[in-house]
Amino acid sequence: MNGPVDVGRPFRGRVFRYGDHVNTDVIFPGRYTYTKSRPEEVAPHALEDLDPTFAERVRSGDVIVAGWNWGCGSSREQAAVCLRYAGVGAVIARSFGRIFYRNALNNGLLAIVCPEAVDALEEGSEVEVDLDESLIRHGGTSFGFAPFSPAVRSMIAAGGLIEQTKRRLAAG
Amino acid sequence: MTEAGRPADNARTFAQKALARACGHESVAVGEIVDARPDVALSHDNTAPIAEIWRQFGQDRVAIPERMAVTLDHAVPAPTVRHARNHAEVRAFVAEQGVGHFFEVGRGICHQVLSEEALVLPGDVVLGSDSHTPHFGWLGAFGAGVGRSEMAVIWATGELWLRVPESIRIRLEGVLGEWVTTKDVALTLIGDLGADGALYRSVEFDGPAIAGLTLDSRAALVNMMAEMGAKNAYMAPDGAVFRTVAERLVARPGRRAGRGAEPGETVEAVAARLQSGALYPDRGAAYAAGHVLDLAGVEPRVARPHQVDDTVAVGELDSVRVDQAFIGTCTNGRLEDLGAVHRVMAGRRLARGTRMVIVPASSEVWSEALGRGWVADLVAAGAVFGTPGCGPCMGNHLGVLAPGEVCISSANRNFQGRMGDRGAEIYLASPAVVAASAIAGRIVHPREVTE
Repeated sequence: MNGPVDVGRPFRGRVFRYGDHVNTDVIFPGRYTYTKSRPEEVAPHALEDLDPTFAERVRSGDVIVAGWNWGCGSSREQAAVCLRYAGVGAVIARSFGRIFYRNALNNGLLAIVCPEAVDALEEGSEVEVDLDESLIRHGGTSFGFAPFSPAVRSMIAAGGLIEQTKRRLAAG
Repeated sequence: MTEAGRPADNARTFAQKALARACGHESVAVGEIVDARPDVALSHDNTAPIAEIWRQFGQDRVAIPERMAVTLDHAVPAPTVRHARNHAEVRAFVAEQGVGHFFEVGRGICHQVLSEEALVLPGDVVLGSDSHTPHFGWLGAFGAGVGRSEMAVIWATGELWLRVPESIRIRLEGVLGEWVTTKDVALTLIGDLGADGALYRSVEFDGPAIAGLTLDSRAALVNMMAEMGAKNAYMAPDGAVFRTVAERLVARPGRRAGRGAEPGETVEAVAARLQSGALYPDRGAAYAAGHVLDLAGVEPRVARPHQVDDTVAVGELDSVRVDQAFIGTCTNGRLEDLGAVHRVMAGRRLARGTRMVIVPASSEVWSEALGRGWVADLVAAGAVFGTPGCGPCMGNHLGVLAPGEVCISSANRNFQGRMGDRGAEIYLASPAVVAASAIAGRIVHPREVTE
């Protein structure tokens, strides 16, 4: 666990694989939701109830590969923030819970729908994620994903929703 | 159960109409991204961390204090000093910013309280930093959950981008059988369509069965659509909705100026105005999927640990021991739910080795149940009551589970670790099944303890 990665340029990491319907309660337990909010407080609890050793093992640039409906359940934003600040650069899944999806992108954690990559990537695989090219590279192969909209790209480039809103308010 | 339909030009879904109104456009297309201005911005105990995010914007004042509704409900009264400090920060922020609507510890769960207080009206758009905000579809409003950062942006700017969702139409026909509730309808739908069966979508209920459902029953079904991944859910509002909301507005003259009740106005006049402001999908609107469900075919169902869509008929379970029974939450903590529990439990006793926690959804529910004598009967049966609020639903407060314990709950989520230790197991069911299981000490059909 060594801090967030710059997702604006290609980054490399290892794959942590999980299953379908992984909910925000196991990503960030509810027992902490009203007492821990800051990135440095929440990151050590990332995936605590699914994979208790994850937070110790994860490093900047690593990615999570999962099945259907990653991040379903509660709206708690710490589920995205804890992964981002534990070092996760992207979650690659077949689909996402909708509030997690928004929270992830708003905090600069890439939420990528790419079933082909989910099929191919194994636990421990080395991958590179390239936001500019909308590609996931692994060994000699690559997997394309639908490019994020210009609005989402500019939000990520601005450093997330909060930074973007600061600029918008400053500009009047 | 799929129903084919041919979309008509210009015909629009409820979601299209509600979001068009909220962004001030004549009409919006499915898939379009709009800047929606919510009528109500809901937050709860998470108001303090949202305020901390909002302060980064450097504003002196929030942009929409009159549209903000803050309820302390998630861990009430404060169980630890950290929670108490969080509550204190919420109160300070509410006072500093002149937040329009604030509900203290004990008033109840935000979705129930805002419904009782007539702060949300048919046709409104409500955005909430809570995943069960689709709840307000019971009265024909568009409710969607958002994150904390997004709520901070709404406070600062009054608006937030939303994608206009595809819609699913679910037509309800027939009449529920004895001991069958809309919780069972919800678990049937989620079991059939999956926990992601409505992902990103607007679930729009219609059909002749709605008229026969109480408003409490409607709320339970719409609320549970969050567990199917829905962005929002909606039930076509009828005279019962308009009358009830109008009565509550007449009791609170001046609330929701322009649409609410003026002093001295009659319930009928206000109800008529609410009806004229209600939104209904057009005939021939384009739906991504259509389903028809005959309520007569629904049986009491149970969701097994740890997924909401892993459902079985209650009779198909092997004998499952129950350590704790929990009644409450925004899904099934209303008066009708306590009534069903009372019907099963009055004059009986909890099974040896089984305990029961009941947390009414609001002070109004709690007071009404007290007045009817239900609370005394349930205490005599062995139940304990907690302060109106969310209770142990998300493992924050009062009634959390030890490793290896089994809980049957009227709540909405049975995720691993949600109600306490990750080694505990949560089964979800209707209040009647929860109550019967508390009497039997194992999960049973209400018939088994009442006949």
